Formats: sequence, C-alpha cells, structure tokens
Amino acid sequence: MTTSMNVSRRTFLTAAGAAGLVLGFRVPLSSGGGAALAGAGQADEITAWVVVRPDETVVIRIARSEMGQGTLTGLAQLVAEELDCDWVRVTTEYPTPGTNLARGKVWKSFATGGSRGIRGSHDYVREGGAAARQMLVTAAANAWGVAPTDCTTAKGVITHGATGRTTTYGRVAEAAAKLPVPDAVALKDPKDWSIAGQPLKRLDTADKLTGKQLYGTDLKLPGMLNAAIRQYPLFGAKLESFDASKVMGMPGVKKVVAVGDDAVAVIADKWWQAKTAIDALPVDWNEGPHAKVDSADITAMVADGLDAKDAFVAHQVGDAPVAIAASVKQVQATYSYPFQHHATMEPMNATALWTPDRCEVWCPTQNGESALGVAAEAAGLPAGKCDVYKTLLGGGFGRRGAGPVHDYVRQAVLIAKQMPGTPVKLLWTREEDMTHGAYHPITQCRLTAGLDDNGEITGLRVRISGQSILAGIMPGRLRAGMDPVTFQCLAPKGDHAISYGFPTLLVDHAMRNPHLRPGFWRGVNANQNVIYLECFMDELAHIAGQDPLAFRLKYMKDHPQSRAVLTAVADKAGWGTPAPKGVFRGLAHCNAFASYVAACAEVSVTPDGVVKIHRIVAATDPGHAVNPQQIAAQVEGSFVYGLSAMLMGECTVKDGRVEQQNFDTYEVMRIKDMPKVEAEVLPSGGFWGGVGEPTIAVAAPAVLNAIFAATGRRIRDFPLKNAGLRMA
Amino acid sequence: MAKINVNGRTVTVDADGATPLLWVLREYLDLTGAKYGCGIAACGACTVHVNGEAVRSCALPLEAVAATDKIVTIEGLSPDGSHPVQQAWLDLDVPQCGYCQTGMIMAAAALLAKNPKPTDADIDAEISNICRCGTYQRVRAGIHQAAGRKA
Repeated sequence: MTTSMNVSRRTFLTAAGAAGLVLGFRVPLSSGGGAALAGAGQADEITAWVVVRPDETVVIRIARSEMGQGTLTGLAQLVAEELDCDWVRVTTEYPTPGTNLARGKVWKSFATGGSRGIRGSHDYVREGGAAARQMLVTAAANAWGVAPTDCTTAKGVITHGATGRTTTYGRVAEAAAKLPVPDAVALKDPKDWSIAGQPLKRLDTADKLTGKQLYGTDLKLPGMLNAAIRQYPLFGAKLESFDASKVMGMPGVKKVVAVGDDAVAVIADKWWQAKTAIDALPVDWNEGPHAKVDSADITAMVADGLDAKDAFVAHQVGDAPVAIAASVKQVQATYSYPFQHHATMEPMNATALWTPDRCEVWCPTQNGESALGVAAEAAGLPAGKCDVYKTLLGGGFGRRGAGPVHDYVRQAVLIAKQMPGTPVKLLWTREEDMTHGAYHPITQCRLTAGLDDNGEITGLRVRISGQSILAGIMPGRLRAGMDPVTFQCLAPKGDHAISYGFPTLLVDHAMRNPHLRPGFWRGVNANQNVIYLECFMDELAHIAGQDPLAFRLKYMKDHPQSRAVLTAVADKAGWGTPAPKGVFRGLAHCNAFASYVAACAEVSVTPDGVVKIHRIVAATDPGHAVNPQQIAAQVEGSFVYGLSAMLMGECTVKDGRVEQQNFDTYEVMRIKDMPKVEAEVLPSGGFWGGVGEPTIAVAAPAVLNAIFAATGRRIRDFPLKNAGLRMA
Repeated sequence: MAKINVNGRTVTVDADGATPLLWVLREYLDLTGAKYGCGIAACGACTVHVNGEAVRSCALPLEAVAATDKIVTIEGLSPDGSHPVQQAWLDLDVPQCGYCQTGMIMAAAALLAKNPKPTDADIDAEISNICRCGTYQRVRAGIHQAAGRKA
C-alpha cells in the first residue's frame, strides 16, 4: 500500500435535500474582494473553495483539520448550501499550508481548536460557495445571452426561467473559472438552508469501516525508513550520551541519531525493529532542575497561591470581600483539579522527507500552518521550500494544536535531516506519548460566598491558583503577565462569560507554574472552572435550603440563553418530579466557546462506592446548528472525555517524571461506563457557537451534584477514584 | 521465516518470532487497518480475529501463531464493507476520528458471531475497546442494529 499527497481526496456519497433560493443582502466578501479568491489558473477551480469537474463532481476545499469532530462535513455543508450544488456529488480536499502561503493565505486560518472550525470561518467559506455559484450562473447566462438574474440554480443545475433552458455546473465550469470572482455576494438566510442545518451523514465514514482510511501512522512512502524515539525522562532533562554500538548490530537498524538536545532515535527498516533497538539503547541524561519534584511538592506550590496577596484580577463587580465579610453567613470551599493527558488513540507521529532544497512532512495536525512553521525551522529552510500534507487525525483534543506542541513534527524533521533524501516515519510509543504530553493544567480554587438572612448571595469570591497554559507554551499571548484563558466561564464578557449576575464578584488568579508542559485540552479551563462554580452554586443552594434549579435561576435574569438550556434539561429530565428509586439528579450549565449548554445527570451510588451514571440530558444552543446529528455526536463524545477525566484521569509526578505510562495506569471510560445521553440541540439563531467542547464542561459538575444528592458527600478533589468512588 | 494464514491466504513472513502480530500485519503485509494504540492489549485498537476469536494483536508474538490459525483482519471482514456491523456503523455514523473503529468493529463482529442477540449487559462484558472520541452510545446502538439485521 502506498500513498500520495492527496490522501484526503476521496469521493463519498450521501443523501441530501433540495437546495433553497438565494435571498438576503449582497455583502462585500470578507476576504477583501473577489480577486483574493480567484483561481490559480486551474481550469476547474471556480473559487479557492470550490472546484467543479466536467463529470459534475464538486470538490470543496477544507482548510481546518478533521479529527473526528465532523468539521469537514459541516464546512462542506456550508459551502454546498451557498453553491446550490448536488450534495451527493460533493467530495472534499485539504489544500496544503504551503499552497496557502504561496497563494497569499487565500484559505485563511488552518487552526483547528477552541471549537472554532465552523464559528471562525462560516462567513468566508459560505462566500466562497456563493461566489462560485454566481460565476457558474454568469457563465451559463453569458452562453445563452440572458441576464444572470433571470437564472435559478438547484442541485447543480442552472435554469433560465423564461426559456426553460437548463445546463449543469460541470458543463459551464471551465467558462466560469475564467470569470472574475465577484466582489460581493448574497448569503442565504439560515432559515432557507436545505443542506446546512440538516442532520446529514458524515462524508468521511466509509473508509473508516474497512481499514482503507490512512492515518499518519499508516503512511508508507517509497523507500521509507522508520524511527522510534526515546525522549527526555522528565521535562527539563537533556541528552548526555548514548552508546549506539550496543544496538547497531540489531536487525534492521540503520542509524542511531541525536534529536535536538533532549532525545535520541533509532532509524530502522521496520518500526518494530527500531522500537526494539531503542529499548536496548544505553542512554545517559542530565536530569536538569526538576528531578526531585513529586506531586506533593506541586500540590503545595499550587496551594500556596490560594492565599497569596498578588493575583491577576479578571472580573470585579463591587467589593466582594467586603460584602462577604459583612454577610450573616460565609461559606467557603476549596477544590482541586489534576494534570491530565490527552491520550489520543493515535500516538504522536510524523513522516518527513528532507533534502538540502526541500522538506516535506506528512502528519496529523490541528494546525497545518503551525506544523509548517515548525517543520521549516527544524529543516533550516524557508517555509516556501517546505510543505505539510495533513492526514486525518486519530484524535486531537488539543494535543496536536498549538505551534509549540508540534514537537513530533520537529523531531521527525530533525531525524530525516540526518537521512537526506530518505523519508522517515517517526512514531512514538504510547509510553513516550503519555509521558511527553501537553497536560491539562493543574489548578486549585477557593470559593467564598456571603449569604444574607434569606439565603441570597451577597458576594462571590473565586480565587484560582495554578498553572497557566499560555505561560507554558505561548508566553507571547499573555496580557501584562495575565493569562485570560484561565478565566473561561468566569469572564465578564465574551465567548466564556459567566452565566450569572451577582451583587458583588471577584475572580482572580495566582499563577503557579510547575515544570510539566501544559496544553489546551478539550474543554480547556472550562473543565475545572465549571466544576468549581457549578458545584459551589449547588453547595450554596443546599446551605440556603433552596432548590438548586430555582436558586440558580435567580441569578440568571440577564442570561436568557443560559436560562433556556438549563430549564430545557430540567424539564426533559423531570426535575422536581421523583426520579427512579435510588437515582438522584444534578444540574450544571455554562456559556463556553460561544455556545450555551446545560446538563442534568441521573446517578446512583451503592453503599460501597460504585457509581452508576444512568442518564444525562444535555442541551446545546450553538446559535446556528450546521449538522444537528453531528452536534449530538459531539455532546455524547464530550461526556465520555469529561467524565473519564473526572472519574479516573490523573497524571501524578514522582522524581520529576510523569508516573502514568499507558492505559493500564491511565484508565478511561469504556462502553460499560457509558450513560444514556439525550442530546437536545436547541439553536436559537443569531450567533455562531462551537460544539466540540462546551458540553464537556457540564458533564462532570452535573454528575458531581447528583452524587451529592445521592450520598451527601461533596467531593472537591479529582479524580473520583481517589475518593473511593468507582465505576462498576 | 514463518507461515501464517491471513484473510484466507497463506503468506510467508520474514520477521523475528518476537514481533507482535500487529506489526507483522502492518509492516510486512501492508495491512494497516489494525492500529497501534497501546502495545499492551489494553485498548483494543489492534483487534483481529484468530480462529474467530477477537484477539489483541499487539501482544501476540508471531511465534505464538500457528500456520493453521485463521487470522482475519478488518480488510478481510467483508470484501466491500458489507458486513452487518460495517453497515450498521455506516447507518448510524458511528465513527468520529475512526482510529479505534476497525478494532471496535472486529470486536463487535466477534461478539455477534458467538452471541447473535447480545443484551446490553453482554455488550458491557464483552466490548472493552477504548474510544477516546466517546462513540460508545452509537457503538452500542450499532451492535443492536447489526444483530437485528442478521436475524
């Protein structure tokens, strides 16, 4: 089996409804004018986003990365909607980041994270489709000598109303490709959508069922060799020496190479040979400054920030400390959240081919442009002499996202550079993967509230202490030292605004950065912040002797979308009516990644601590819903990711090293642990929210609040396995 | 040199006897449908059938495979993706990233071969493959749908 650079070019067929009429206003292209979207002289490229072939195949270009979240299908739906093409003729392809560079960034951002694939590009990809439609119509109208405005389109067929003449996109594509791209287009009103907004099947399923789908790990280029790597045993350690002579005689071994200053790799014919040799390779390390650090040291370091005087203030309403101190009752609780690993099913890997003139990389990445930058730097070549060919990802979750976490790309290039002209595939073992992560940041949180005589909140103080993702991997994005990402779901405004209004509020962050590299981890800081806030709100409701739903709603008057999703899950789950015997309910909600989400969990706990999550009702208001059944799939999956973390996910540190190395010690949920998830998609229109991440943040607190209802135990340190609770 | 029977063909493999079957399939026979996920038989991404049983090929050394053992990989499950499990997976849009799904499908197919109408409890007991995208709800529905189709 071999592969080419067009590994993503596939034809998939599926059903679709009829296309609607074009309505709405003509707006200038957000790309800044039609010329920017013009084809690159290819006969069949209508706009940068749309290729139409003579056989009526429509190729839609997708710049964002598909890693399971369905963005490939959703983005294609948006383009196809405006194009009015026949959905069953749609196929997709990835433009390369090198081509994007050469064409003046015509496809804009390749970044695929923060649940931004669709919400960050819906406008310009739809324009790319609408502009192509207009050009195709104009080409047909020109041939007929009629006005384009007298022509209509549906399913790739152009009709002139007065004469009834018809033609197809495929027949006029070549002429259309020669026309200028219009400077302004009209986009459809979402209420007229017939392809977008529909629960269409994914475009990328068929090959995933037969083994034909190639992932980065599966690539095989002509003459390719394989590399296995041993990296720094702990963050900060450096490579001192290795004894290649001990393994050079082993089967298949070609070369043993240093990889930068902190890793060594064996290159062999087969990966298993390389892996066997690297296991046998004697290596000496300079362990660096962190070899005496254990988890207890990190916990103490983070705890120190809970009372620290200096902190970055992100959200302040009135004077919360004074209001709380003056209240008849003060309530305080401290929570903690551990390091966690992404554990993508496909371990880190990249394949590189380096020559003095050019470097090419094949890899799974959430950001092709970041990967290209990393590859070029490692190659010692300008980016214009490099390119990256993206493979579908065997999971991303943030691990393969931001530039600095493309360590596997950098390493693959550094290895290939030592085998000029020979492609080399680097694949990490699971153990290398788990001990060289970009970990979910470790934090603690102390929440203090004041209650008045009626149990009303007078003020809330939220002190976060702990690790900053930006400080760890993107210090250039800090704002005067502060990491704004730390405050997700507690911020005064924006995509992660707090969904409550309190009389007084103070949210701040004492930054404490241990030596483990942090990263963006699906849900990012919403994960722990929503646990902190929503569990504490539950605590306050119980202390105030009030119903947790009614108690929350009192502080949500100015948050209508949040109220809507919260009441939706409460109603559907039967909040206020008796649950089945032994089953208890818990609620949570938040505004994250620009969507509004809520969950109601139903849980039972046996006297000896076996937790069963029976059902979770979830609601998502993403504004516009591009593919409701795929949104439901994201909700279902996000709950597995979030609940795995809450129940079992923890990376601990001993002698500076991450202790967990594989799935035997880093357990995750399996099918037996899966609750029934009822995902309600409730788009209210008017905005574009993300769907890959928001609901992950409500799963854990909803379940935790249900566990409290079931047991009277308030668990504030995670994962639950440390509190004696476990799945059956 | 070892002789093994894969997808109905007997092939000769020039690999060290300690090489796990997974890597024989992937690197010597270019059958990359079975995936590497953990190397310790903990995740199931490498699941194949050996004499009809679901086996985690990453922990099965070549020397433990007899020439008479019938190995079936995802590539040999059906000629055209028409196995009831594959069809159910297509109908329900089960895969997300898809990396674990070939192993998941092989595990489900082996379960159904032995137990044509598995209950939820049977599924819980028999399917322990890890999916980090969290497709379990649709995997369960897919197994039930495939069971209905076979009946």
